[in-house]
Amino acid sequence: MSAQPTPTSRSYRIKAIARFREAGISLFILILGVLVALRAPAFLTLKNFEDILLNISILSIVALAQAMVLITHGIDLSVSSMIGLVAMMVAFVMKQAPGFSVVAAVLLGMALGAVLGALNGTIISYGKVPPIIATLGALSIYRGMVFFYSGGTWINSFELPKSFKLLSKGTPLGLPNMVIIAILFAAVVYFFLNYTRTGRDIYAVGSNPEAAQMAGIRRQRIVFLVYLLSGIASGLAGVLWASRFESAQTNTALGFELQTVAAAVVGGVSTSGGAGTVPGVLLGALLLGLIENALPLVRISPFWQLAAQGLLILIAVVTDSLISRSAKGK
Amino acid sequence: MKHRMLYLLLASAMILSLALSGCGGKKSAGPLTFVLVPKNLGNPYFDTANNGAQEAAKELGVTVTYQGPAAADATQQIQLINSLIAQKVSGLAISADDADALVPVGKDAIKAGIPVVSFDSAIGKEGRVLHINQAELQGIGAIQIKMALELTGADGGKIAILSATSTAPNQNAWIAVMKEELKKPEYAKLELVDVVYGDDDDTKSYNEAQALFKKYPDLKVIIAPTTVGIAASARAVTDAGLIGKVFVTGLGTPNQMREYVKNGASPQFALWNPGDLGYLSIYVLNALATGQIKGVAGEKFTAGRLGEYTIKEDADLGVNVLLGEPFVYNAANIDQFNW
Amino acid sequence: MTLLPSPDIESSSKSLLNATAPRRTFLARFQRWEWMLVGLIIVVVALNSALSPYFLDAQNLSRTSSDFMEMGLMMLPMVFIIVTGGIDLSVASNLGMCASFMGWLFMAGVNIWVAALAALALGALAGFLNGTLVARMKLPPLVVTLGTYAFYRGVAYVLLGDQAARDYPEAFTYIGQGKLFGTLIPFSVALFGVLAILFGLVLHKTTFGRYLFAIGNNENASVYSGVPVARIKVIIFTISGFMAALAGLVLAARFGSTRPDIGNGLELSVITAAVLGGVDINGGAGTMTGAVLSLFLIGLLRFGMGLLNIQGQVQGIVIGLLLILSILLPNIARTFSGKGRKLRRQSVWAMVAFVVVLAAFVAFFFWSRAAVLIQ
Repeated sequence: MSAQPTPTSRSYRIKAIARFREAGISLFILILGVLVALRAPAFLTLKNFEDILLNISILSIVALAQAMVLITHGIDLSVSSMIGLVAMMVAFVMKQAPGFSVVAAVLLGMALGAVLGALNGTIISYGKVPPIIATLGALSIYRGMVFFYSGGTWINSFELPKSFKLLSKGTPLGLPNMVIIAILFAAVVYFFLNYTRTGRDIYAVGSNPEAAQMAGIRRQRIVFLVYLLSGIASGLAGVLWASRFESAQTNTALGFELQTVAAAVVGGVSTSGGAGTVPGVLLGALLLGLIENALPLVRISPFWQLAAQGLLILIAVVTDSLISRSAKGK
Repeated sequence: MKHRMLYLLLASAMILSLALSGCGGKKSAGPLTFVLVPKNLGNPYFDTANNGAQEAAKELGVTVTYQGPAAADATQQIQLINSLIAQKVSGLAISADDADALVPVGKDAIKAGIPVVSFDSAIGKEGRVLHINQAELQGIGAIQIKMALELTGADGGKIAILSATSTAPNQNAWIAVMKEELKKPEYAKLELVDVVYGDDDDTKSYNEAQALFKKYPDLKVIIAPTTVGIAASARAVTDAGLIGKVFVTGLGTPNQMREYVKNGASPQFALWNPGDLGYLSIYVLNALATGQIKGVAGEKFTAGRLGEYTIKEDADLGVNVLLGEPFVYNAANIDQFNW
Repeated sequence: MTLLPSPDIESSSKSLLNATAPRRTFLARFQRWEWMLVGLIIVVVALNSALSPYFLDAQNLSRTSSDFMEMGLMMLPMVFIIVTGGIDLSVASNLGMCASFMGWLFMAGVNIWVAALAALALGALAGFLNGTLVARMKLPPLVVTLGTYAFYRGVAYVLLGDQAARDYPEAFTYIGQGKLFGTLIPFSVALFGVLAILFGLVLHKTTFGRYLFAIGNNENASVYSGVPVARIKVIIFTISGFMAALAGLVLAARFGSTRPDIGNGLELSVITAAVLGGVDINGGAGTMTGAVLSLFLIGLLRFGMGLLNIQGQVQGIVIGLLLILSILLPNIARTFSGKGRKLRRQSVWAMVAFVVVLAAFVAFFFWSRAAVLIQ
C-alpha cells in the first residue's frame, strides 16, 4: 500500500499553487476562447474543436514527457530530433513493407525512441553531463542521423500504405485515433506521477536531490528513467507525426523542442524542478494550440501570428512565474 | 598566469599564420565537375531535375554532383556554395532560396573563375551569368489563374495562394504575375483573399491549408505554385472532407498528385519537365565552362536532345534561356508519367 | 523559509568555500581545457590538410571565416551570461528583429547608417527587457528568453513580412563583405578580434568580470557581499542584445539584403561554442580564450567537413559528439582513476545489456536504410 505523503506545510502549499495555476490558465483559456468566438463564430464548431485536439495531440504527448524531465530539474532539447529520426525510420519500414502491422510500427517507434532516450539518460545520469549540454549535443547528433539515414530523400504520401495513415486519422471510436492515444497516454502519466512510488520519487528528486538521496531514492535511476520515457514518448510522437502528415522529411519536427518546453512551462511546470501537474501541461498545450488555431480565424495577418504567439507565451510564463513566486513567499 | 595566456595566444597565432601562408590548392585537371544545387534536398521535383542532369553528364562526359541544404534556407545554401567555391568546381547550377542573399556569393564564384547559372529559381542578375527559365513567368502565372477559373466555374469565387518560402524568387515572381492577371476582365469574378507561406515544408503547408479553410469558409480554390504546397493542400482538402467544395491547383509532380487528380481534390495542375530543366542546365554550364558561349544575349548553342537554344535578355530575368511551355496534367494524361 | 535546515544552506556553504578557494584550481582546470582545444585544432588542421588540398588555402580560409563571425559576436556576451549562471536563448531572434528593423527603415528611405544605429539601439533595448525581467522580476532566464525568442522573431516578420530589404550601399556591405585593405582578413574578423580582446579583458582583468564569476558561483553570497547583482545582470543582457544587433548588421551586410528569417537557429550554435570553450553551464567558470578557441575549432571543423562534401546536418553529428565527449570523457576518466573503484556486478550487466541494445539499434539502422535506398 502506498502511503500518501504526510502533508507538510510545503507540500500543501505546492498543491494549492498547482491548483491555483491550473485555475488561472483555465480562466485565461476561457476568456481567450470567448473573445475569439465573438470575433469568429467558426471557432465554435465541433469540427474546429476536433482540429484543435488533433493539432495538440502530438504536442501533449511530448510535453508531458518534457514535463517529467523538467520536474527533475533537467531539460530535453533533443525531442524534436528523436521525433524526426523515428519518423524517418518507421516511414522507411512502411514504404518497404506496406503490410507491416501498424501496431507493430507503433511499438517499433517506441522501441527506437527508447534506445535514443536511454542514450541521453546514460550520458546525463551516469556520465554526469549537464542535461542542457547533453541534449543540445543529442539534438544535433540525432538530427544529423536523420540525414545520414535517408541520404536526404523524403518519404512522400503516395509511398505510405493507407493503413498507416489511418493510424492517426482513422475514427473507429468517434474521435481520431491520435486524440485517443494522447488521452490514454496522459491518463497513464497521470496515474504514474500521482499514484506510484516511482512517480513521486521524480518529484522528490527534482525538488530536493540531496534529501531524496538520503531518503534512499536511487537518484541516478530516476534521472535515467525520465530521459528514457522522453525517448519513448518522442518515438510514439514520431510514428504519429509520420502518419498524420503522411510524410517524413529531413527536417520533420525541426524546432519542436522549444514548443514542448513552452507548453510545459505555460502549464505550470517549473524549470527549477519539483513542480508540475499533468492537467497543467495539458492546459498549456491546449493554450498553445488555441492560439495557433485562433489567430488565423480572427484574421490576424500571418506575419503578426508569430509575434502574437511569442507575446502570449511571454505573458503566460511571466504571469506563471510571478504567481508561483508570490505563493511560495519568496 | 599572464605569461601562459600570452604563450597560448602566440601559439595559436603561429599555427594560424602557418595555415594562412600555406600553399593554395590547384584546380584538378581532368573531367569537369559541375554541381547541381537545389533549393533543398529531398524534394522529388529536384530529384527529377538531377536525373536529367545526370543524363546530360553522361552524354557530355562530365561529372555532376547533387548537393543542397537540408531545408530551403538561404544561409545554408550560401555556406554550401562557399565550400564548393573552395573546392574549385568547374561550374554551379543553383536554384536559389533567396534572390538577393545569393548575389554576393554568386559574384564571388564568378570572380573565382567558376561559371554560375541559376535554374528554376533565379539569383539576382549580378550574381549569375544567366538564368535557365522553365517557362515564361507570364505563362506560368497565367495558366494557374486560368486553371483556377476553370475549377470555380463561371461564377468565380474566392481563391487563395499557398506559396513556398516568402523569400523564394520564382514563386514571388509568379505570384506577381497572377495578381496582374487577376486584374483582367475575364477574371473579374475571382477574388484573391490571401497569400500564405508553407516554406516548402510539408507540415507547415498542411497547417496553412487547414487555416485557409477555416478562415474563409467559402473558399473555392487554393493555388499552390509549389510542388510541396500543392500536395499538402490536396491532402488537407481530402482529410477535411472538402473534395468538391474546395479545389487545389498550381504546380505539382505527377506521382505526388496522381491520387488527388483521381479523387477530385486537384482535377488539374501544371508543370514542365524538371528533368529537362536539369538536362539543359548542365549543357549550358558545359558550354560556358568550355568557352563555347560567353553568356550574352543572342548567342546560340545546342543542348543535346533538346535542340538549339538562343540566349535572350529581358527586363525581369536579365540574361536567360527559356526551356519551353508549362504542361497541364489532368485525369486524361496523369497515368502516362512516372516521376 | 522553513526553520528546518534545508539543503540549500549546505550547498551554499559548499559553494562559498569553492568561491574562496585559491584561484589556482580554476585556472589549472581551464588551462588544461584550452590546451585540449589547441590540440584539437592542430589535429583538425593536420587531418584536413591531408584529406583536401583546398583546406590550407588562404583565400578559402578567408572566405569561410566570415561565415562564423556573427556567431562569434553573439558568443562574447553569451560567455558573460553563462558565467553568471544564466542563458540567453533570444539572441538569434533579436538579431533577426534588429536586422529587419534596419532593413525596414532603409526601405522607407532612412539613411543606412542612421538605420543601423537605430537597430543597435533596438537591440540594446531588447536585451534590456530580457535583463529587467530576469534581474528585477527574478524570472528564470531560460523561460524569459524562450518567450522573447518567439516574440522578437515575430516582430521581425511583422516589420518585413514577405519583403526583402535590399540594395544596401557598398559602404555598408563592406562591414560584411569587405576585407582590410591589402590583406585577406575580412573586416568582420578584425571587428570580432578587437571585441574579443575587449570582452576578454573585461572578463578576466576587471572587477566587473570578477563579479560575474562571483555571481555564478554563489549568487546569494554575492548579494550579501554588496555585489550589485541585479544591475550587473541587466547590463550583461543589454550588452547581449546590442551585440546581437551588431551581428545582425554584419549578417545583413554579408548578404546584401535582409529577410525576416535571417539568423534563424543561430542561438544553439552560439551556446554550443561557448560551452565547448570551457564555460561551465552552471556558472562560475570559463575563459574567453577558450571560447574563442572553440569558435576557431568549430569553424575549421565545419569548413574541413564541407570540403569533404559532408552535408551540413551530418556535420552536426561531429559537433554534437565533440560537445558531449568534451564533458563526458573527463568525467569518465575521473571516475575510473584515483580511487580505483571496482564495478559492481549489476553495473557490468547493465552495461552489457546496453551495449547489446545499442548494437541491435545500429544493425537495424543500417539494414532498414540499405534495403530502401538500394531500390
